[in-house]
Amino acid sequence: MAEASRSEKYTGPYAAQQERYYRLFGGAKAKARDFSEATGNPQTLPGDLVRLRETVPGGWALALPVARGETLRIVNTHATPGVSLVIYNARDTSERFNAGDTVKIQWNARLSRGRVLFSDMGRVLASITDDSYGRNDALAGGSSQASNADKYGNAALRNTRDNFILLASKHGLDKRDVPPCLTLFAPVGVDGAGRFRWEGEGAAPGDYVDLRAELDLLVFVSNAPHPLAPGAHDPKDIGLLVWKSPPPAADDFCRTATEEAIRGFENNARYLAALGEE
Amino acid sequence: MTLSNRHEEQAFYDFTVPALRPWSHVVKKGQILRIVDLEGCQAVDTLFYNANDYSERYSAQDTARAQGSPYVTAGTKLISNEGNAMAVVIADTAGNHDTSAGACSAEANTVRFGHETRYMHSCRDNFVLELAKHGMSKRDIVSNINFFMNVPVEEDGTLAIVDGLSKPGDYVEIRAEMDVLCVISNCPQVNNPCNGFNPTPIRTLIWEA
Repeated sequence: MAEASRSEKYTGPYAAQQERYYRLFGGAKAKARDFSEATGNPQTLPGDLVRLRETVPGGWALALPVARGETLRIVNTHATPGVSLVIYNARDTSERFNAGDTVKIQWNARLSRGRVLFSDMGRVLASITDDSYGRNDALAGGSSQASNADKYGNAALRNTRDNFILLASKHGLDKRDVPPCLTLFAPVGVDGAGRFRWEGEGAAPGDYVDLRAELDLLVFVSNAPHPLAPGAHDPKDIGLLVWKSPPPAADDFCRTATEEAIRGFENNARYLAALGEE
Repeated sequence: MTLSNRHEEQAFYDFTVPALRPWSHVVKKGQILRIVDLEGCQAVDTLFYNANDYSERYSAQDTARAQGSPYVTAGTKLISNEGNAMAVVIADTAGNHDTSAGACSAEANTVRFGHETRYMHSCRDNFVLELAKHGMSKRDIVSNINFFMNVPVEEDGTLAIVDGLSKPGDYVEIRAEMDVLCVISNCPQVNNPCNGFNPTPIRTLIWEA
């Protein structure tokens, strides 16, 4: 019966693709795994696991190499409203974070604990293994001279766009290589009328996000407020830690939560095998 | 819905882009580009570059941020990575064009739909080949506009490509605010409903200022 009704519903040369699409969409809506199962990491990390600690002042930015298997923790020490990131495959920087693919592959613009960040090459750059606040934005972007002029009347304030251009230029890249970004600690939603809104109070002091590197990465971190954050321009210091996280178990949540994540990691495995690294 | 009163016979450029194919053309400041979805429900992946400096290009996030909404429609200023208005949408008979979900690629298809889709044509491949004519490469591809592609972002963050809103003959018109190189991939995707599982031709027309 089910087969009969399906063939009735889907017709034409791509009926099989139609059937697959709506099955996948249904599966994503059903959420095979409950994302609250993703338990996260210790809030306090043993000192011997931490390879690097940095403080980035409000408005400033830093580039960090993060090796596969390490985790970058971004600590929002003083509840600053937004920290923007772009991520590159360190081996081939033409492969980089792809905001559009990341949200459409996972059928969701809410990127938080349990989700993964995709490159433009169908591979997973990083897994969000912990996220104590849980709201990050990949739709409205980071700040720029124009957004600071619009919002604060001051185009001279430090901004994410210029921060990324500066970091790109110091790593053999240029502004052509700065893709759309991900902004952490940014509760941006879309209301029923299709308008962006800043939902809630924002992060609390000490909130953090853990990004486990799934390839060797180059990460640019810009500590400038999200352009939709309310209030005066007053970015605060953040902390960055790179720590030696445990190897993912076979049932690692980020790697197994969705069939899309499983296929993304299959692409990673294929790539690493071709490089003789797995 | 914002209609146009321009007459087709007065356009100085009129071209039908076959199904599955890329296209590019310079649209000078003040000129008006119309993109017609001839048969309806056909995604048209579109990028803009400053024709005099390709390092300035369309920015989806800046466009969304500047207007406070992720959807492109009449009145939307298409903002560059330098914060400049490259063009403005002046007519639109369909509405709610996506600029969050980017272009399809063979690589992303493997993750979205299965590894068996690796050897299928995609917008990213169209973009790479068309950009190569202008001395650009994959690194110059940024998040694009998907005209006639319907990707509602729900209040819980759910985001999916759903059935298109456009009917045969629906169009958008875009007035260039600087000299722009417009690059299009007439989307070849058959693994989701963005083309109604049936990619079809589109038409591009350009009028003088």
